[in-house]
Amino acid sequence: MSRRRKITGGVLVGASAFSAIAIIAIIVVILVVVIIGSKDKITWEFLTAFPENGMTEGGIFPAIYGTALMVIIMSVAAVPFGTITAIYLTEYASEKSVIAQTIRFAVRTLATVPAIIFGLFGLGFFIKFIGGEMDSIFLGGELRWAQPNILWASLTMSLLTLPVVIISVEEAIRTVPRELREASLALGATKWQTIKKIVIPGSISGIMTGMILAVSRGAGEVAPILFTGAAYYLATLPTSLSDQFMNLGYHIYIMSTQSADVDGTMSIQYATTLVLLMLTFLLNFIAVIIRARIRRRVKA
Amino acid sequence: MNQKGFTKETMRKRFRLSEYLSQRIISGVAFLSITIIVLIFFFVFRETLPVFQQPEKSSVTSSEELVPEQYGVFAEPEEENLQPEVYGIELDSSLMGNRDYGTEGTASEDERVTVKDLLGDEWYPVSSNPRYGLIPLFVGTIKITIISILFAAPIAILAALFSAAFAPTWLREWIKPAIELLAGFPSVVVGFFALMVMATVLQDLFGYETRLNAFVGGIAMGLAAIPIIFTITEDALTAIPGSYKEASLALGATKWQTALFVTLPAATPGIFAAILLGIGRVFGETMIALMATGNAALISANPFESVRTLAATIGAEMAEVVFGDTHYGVLFLIGSLLFVFTFSLNALAEFYVKGRLMKRFQGKTS
Repeated sequence: MSRRRKITGGVLVGASAFSAIAIIAIIVVILVVVIIGSKDKITWEFLTAFPENGMTEGGIFPAIYGTALMVIIMSVAAVPFGTITAIYLTEYASEKSVIAQTIRFAVRTLATVPAIIFGLFGLGFFIKFIGGEMDSIFLGGELRWAQPNILWASLTMSLLTLPVVIISVEEAIRTVPRELREASLALGATKWQTIKKIVIPGSISGIMTGMILAVSRGAGEVAPILFTGAAYYLATLPTSLSDQFMNLGYHIYIMSTQSADVDGTMSIQYATTLVLLMLTFLLNFIAVIIRARIRRRVKA
Repeated sequence: MNQKGFTKETMRKRFRLSEYLSQRIISGVAFLSITIIVLIFFFVFRETLPVFQQPEKSSVTSSEELVPEQYGVFAEPEEENLQPEVYGIELDSSLMGNRDYGTEGTASEDERVTVKDLLGDEWYPVSSNPRYGLIPLFVGTIKITIISILFAAPIAILAALFSAAFAPTWLREWIKPAIELLAGFPSVVVGFFALMVMATVLQDLFGYETRLNAFVGGIAMGLAAIPIIFTITEDALTAIPGSYKEASLALGATKWQTALFVTLPAATPGIFAAILLGIGRVFGETMIALMATGNAALISANPFESVRTLAATIGAEMAEVVFGDTHYGVLFLIGSLLFVFTFSLNALAEFYVKGRLMKRFQGKTS
């Protein structure tokens, strides 16, 4: 082999290895920078106290609480619907049917729609249309639901995370061995009984993964809740579905761009970022591990 | 036992309510995804109507008619006016104040926006003489998309090639999930990192004037696009049938020659789709754009000047507008444009890849 060829090969392998390392290095750098920036601030008190003094001091408890509440409401909406859609795609629809293909296309489209569009949709559909109708029907025009609140924000977020659940559950359902289904049907179980007793229990880890990934995604997204329910500062925690809420991601955004004293609150910003990053990072990590286990089961 | 055994009668499925209901409910729910897409189309377009509608008349411009106009906006940008001035828009942030969501503003007749207005080169939505020219926003979005894809695509594709073709299996099992962790980073975290760290480091390195600009924003958005491009490219590369590689190796080609001249070309449709989806991600990215690009709506080809993207404009201004007025409608119009654009990109990626890959792997290469 000529020398030039050897060099070309070396350059190609080297450049591709360098790219892979560079991406991982960026991840590490982001983590390290955020950890160093917040190392003096992360205390138990920071996590459990309210913001004080015009948000220049104190903790971020309302933001943690608001984020948690939002992802819970979101999961209640997204996980059942996502799971059922996945069951339809794997158990009922035939692979080549037009309906199944259209649903798959819709799911993939939903996964690529920009987050901000969901925010616009939440505003136009949930707040103005549904909320407006609810107010005029139940409250005689009194303004209560036709404004941003935690319910509309969570439902908006659930639309964004729906494809995450569907794709993950579908993958898990496909790993349930065909023989198990056939055995169940041969014993006289109906289709629904088979799904209930064999398919769903067999893919429960996939449903968990879907939920974890959805929560991780929902906790991190800010664009859909910018104008559907997130608030800059609230003195009290949300107590009803029609209350606004504070959110970790929104808190970071607002503190780093709109705050009166961006430099003075730097450590709060870094610490909030660390909390959010750790939350999504851990959830993703757990999901990766569960996924690897499911895949190993398939291979075995 | 019944001597007759299985007859047509006994073989017929008994009607069971639970079976019937479960099937109906499950198929019904499965249609939800399609319904949501249709509803998004409908409601996002519906809110743009105040822009084109005269308040007195109730004649409604149908959303179908809006689409060609939007393509017109996109396809024929007027001659670009390369002025260096900064049209910085300072938003009076009334974030603490409660806004009255009950009242609805309506566009008065002289506030109606024509297509000509939308093709203007000034974006001044909050002034006594509001101007809603979308050209600077388009220029900004396209500029930042180009920068981020130029940054992200080569790195992501090379990394995918390393993972799929060169790395030993044990290493591959580490690299893939590690890079995919980047996809799990919330965009607000990437935006924060860009705003606090990258902006300063890059400014020190390149010595440009404006701290937050298209370059910083583009690189940061590239970080968001990398995992998407990487994952899809990697999948496309590993989906190439082993026989291709074996044939190449058997003919005496080395590992890297096989990767560069056989695997990579065979996976072009997948790589193309990966880049398209990466573009879609960057085009609609809001938080990074809001935080790291400087948000000044100016028309310029200089990568080191601030830009304002379409998505960031919606994110920054929607919380301040009066429901139902012209500005509100224009922001929804921008949303519709973004939606149509990402929808087309996704459809293109999907059908192009399906068509091409299927043909290739079934040996019908033309």
